[in-house]
Amino acid sequence: MTMLLNVKDLRAYYGQVQALHGLSFSLNEGSLTTLLGANGAGKTTTLRAICNMVRSTGAIEFDGKPLGTRSTENIVRFGIAHVPQGRGTFTNMTVEENLQLGAITRKDNGGIVSDIERMYAHFPVLKQRHTQQAGTLSGGEQQMLAVARALMLRPRLMLLDEPSFGLAPLVVRDLFKILGKINREDKVTILVVEQNAQLALELADQAYVIETGRIVMSGNAKDIANNEEIRKSYLGY
Amino acid sequence: MSAAEEVVAEGHQAVEAVPKRAMTLGTTTSLVVLAALLIVPLFAKNFIIFQLTMLLIYGLAVLALNILTGGSGQFSLGQSAFYAVGAYITAVLMEQFNINYALTLPVAGVICFGFGFLFGQPALRLSGVYLALATFALATAMPQLLKLNFLEHWTGGVQGLVVTKPDAPFGLPMGQDMWLYYFTLVVVLAIYIFSVNLLRSRSGRAFMAIRDNEIAASSMGVNVALYKTLAFGVSAGITGVAGGLSAIAVQFVAPDSYNITLAISLFLGMVVGGVGWLPGSFVGAAFIIFVPNIAEGISKGLSGAVFGVLLFLVIYLVPHGARQVAIVSQQLIGKFKKN
Amino acid sequence: MELFTNQVLAGIATGAIYACMALAVVMIYQAIDHLNFAQGEMAMFSTFISWQLMQWGVPYWGAFVITLALSFVGGIAIERILFKPLAKAPILTNVAGFIALFAIINSSAGLIWDFTIKQYPTPFGSSPFLGSQLISTHQAGMIGVTLLLLIGLFFFFQYTRIGLAMRAAASLPESARLVGINTSWMIALGWGMAAAIGSIAGMLIAPVVFLEPNMMGGVLIYGFAAAVLGGLSSPFGAVVGGFLVGIFENLAGTYIPGVGNELKLPIALALIISVLVVKPAGLFGRHIVKRV
Repeated sequence: MTMLLNVKDLRAYYGQVQALHGLSFSLNEGSLTTLLGANGAGKTTTLRAICNMVRSTGAIEFDGKPLGTRSTENIVRFGIAHVPQGRGTFTNMTVEENLQLGAITRKDNGGIVSDIERMYAHFPVLKQRHTQQAGTLSGGEQQMLAVARALMLRPRLMLLDEPSFGLAPLVVRDLFKILGKINREDKVTILVVEQNAQLALELADQAYVIETGRIVMSGNAKDIANNEEIRKSYLGY
Repeated sequence: MSAAEEVVAEGHQAVEAVPKRAMTLGTTTSLVVLAALLIVPLFAKNFIIFQLTMLLIYGLAVLALNILTGGSGQFSLGQSAFYAVGAYITAVLMEQFNINYALTLPVAGVICFGFGFLFGQPALRLSGVYLALATFALATAMPQLLKLNFLEHWTGGVQGLVVTKPDAPFGLPMGQDMWLYYFTLVVVLAIYIFSVNLLRSRSGRAFMAIRDNEIAASSMGVNVALYKTLAFGVSAGITGVAGGLSAIAVQFVAPDSYNITLAISLFLGMVVGGVGWLPGSFVGAAFIIFVPNIAEGISKGLSGAVFGVLLFLVIYLVPHGARQVAIVSQQLIGKFKKN
Repeated sequence: MELFTNQVLAGIATGAIYACMALAVVMIYQAIDHLNFAQGEMAMFSTFISWQLMQWGVPYWGAFVITLALSFVGGIAIERILFKPLAKAPILTNVAGFIALFAIINSSAGLIWDFTIKQYPTPFGSSPFLGSQLISTHQAGMIGVTLLLLIGLFFFFQYTRIGLAMRAAASLPESARLVGINTSWMIALGWGMAAAIGSIAGMLIAPVVFLEPNMMGGVLIYGFAAAVLGGLSSPFGAVVGGFLVGIFENLAGTYIPGVGNELKLPIALALIISVLVVKPAGLFGRHIVKRV
């Protein structure tokens, strides 16, 4: 299996405060990996560092090419879609405009049109509301929209920051089902950051556990889920 | 991402992580500055003394704006209007009613406080650019209002009023300029100390809570409407006193001296001094008094352009104004002490 | 009644000037979230460039197009050179920057072209429009151009990808970067467009107010007022606001006793503020709900 993302010795800083202390991990092409940890462990910072949204050092390679000091928008153009915490919905634009924005870097107009239809098939509720202002959508619908918007990039790697945040358990289940489907059918590599460890481990095939900016555990998602000691000490369930 | 995180992420930490205490100067620095303010005039020419007096007066007006903007987060381009009202009250009371100059200042302060407080009422519903426009309207209207016919009997209309410069009292052996300087210094110091304490008080904390997050402040029980209008009132009152002092110092009031240019100058003074940092007000005042002269000295025809370029240089070097210089030097001194 | 109608007509005619300027104001506000105090001066400088071109023998429309292009490039250059370094500075520092730019442009124009009033030609002629003494063909042309600009902008923002990207960058810069939009260049583009629209405004206004370095002072204030009245988030609102301010101003001058030319401006502003007190986001502005 080929390696899609390789992160070595990642250190990130907020001003004088160091948030990541030399993180190293890798994602295989086509894998669905979850990054777990408590509040403040550095999960969000890791995703933000990959997209160069915080000051960081270390080496990040995507498909063998170093990302270096490229700006966020240029990293996105490599095919890395990032669904940020809080979803980053363009609330004063319509649902359809949000989807078009997801594909703003693409030049194939025909492909964009058919991809929008594909998203409506994945998420029928978005089709019903395609002319509505995105801000009027419910939390769950906005999360669907955020995932759909990210997919419009036709990404090779999708980074999701706490997609379950603030959603009802049933909605979360639906959403995770769709993520699994996207991973299998569209061959999108996914890295999902979650606080809901139980659910994330059910979905993922690989898992990393981080604590105060360091990776403390990695392995097969099933193994981690089955190891009671790890569950109790790091994941709290 | 929370606002605090955002600030840190943008790399402003050196400036934003200031404790509230740092809104004033350290004790040693304060004493040195005070000593300089007391001694320098003894050795200076009258014209320099006059300029120093104006520096204190403009500094006071900038300080008033700083309380409003830096303290309560409201923006005003209308300070020239309060300044004008203060100046006219002093001038009219002195010249038409023969009242002692020192007594006119509290009157100017109180009336301007009321004026500002009332103006703060409609301003309550406005913020940001809307408030800027509203205060701007006030600033453009003021010179016209001062020219109105039915006021001409007192204000002297377009011609304005000449104000008599007071002599030093009790037979003190000093010239009019020097006396006025020390008189101004006492008034300014008193108001400065009052302002520092105000911002440290309960009301000051209420101002800052409103500045940082109005909705959160109101949910904590801060009476937002009261404190916002209060901030306007205090700011206007102090500006009024500054205006009154300026009428005495310049010996003349006329409607067109208090136009929008004055309001913009005061605003620039605040930015150059550092928003929310009271001592910076006087640095900012120095900038708006001296830099236009320097610009004129460099090139007569292009003085505006030179002024603009100098202003750009200042905001590139220190986007947070003199406050940033103070903080950086404080940190440097701190490092020296450690080593 | 006839006096009233006439004053409204005259108001619409002056309103066209404000509408044009307000459109430029809204453009840049959309892109950078600030009111640019130097916008009027930028427009004035553009107008002088077109005047200079005509002095050198370039025909009107040639000068018009060249000026438009130069202004666009100039706007981008100003952003890249002067304001990009201030992107992370506080808002009020940026405002100080606008004031500095104002001083620089005003004083340079004065040195290059001096402060004497200059005649500026109109492409529409200045005969009475449809027999009305109150609106000349120039003013009618100005209204037409403003409306055309408005329609053009509407299509640009609604139906082009770059327009969509600009809106996204203005409303949520971080999300915009995450979909691959270069937000920094969108700001520069906003400056370029605002400068170009401003130059059109300047060239249309110059025949009415005459060309000189201080020609835009009053116009910009009315333009701001119009933009704020209409709602800063709405180009349509800006144009309507422009016409309304023109009408306000004329009616106040006619019907409120004691209002000379001097008090027209404060009264118009006071009226606008009263409207804002009732509708804080302007007539057509979107009310933005703040999250705590």
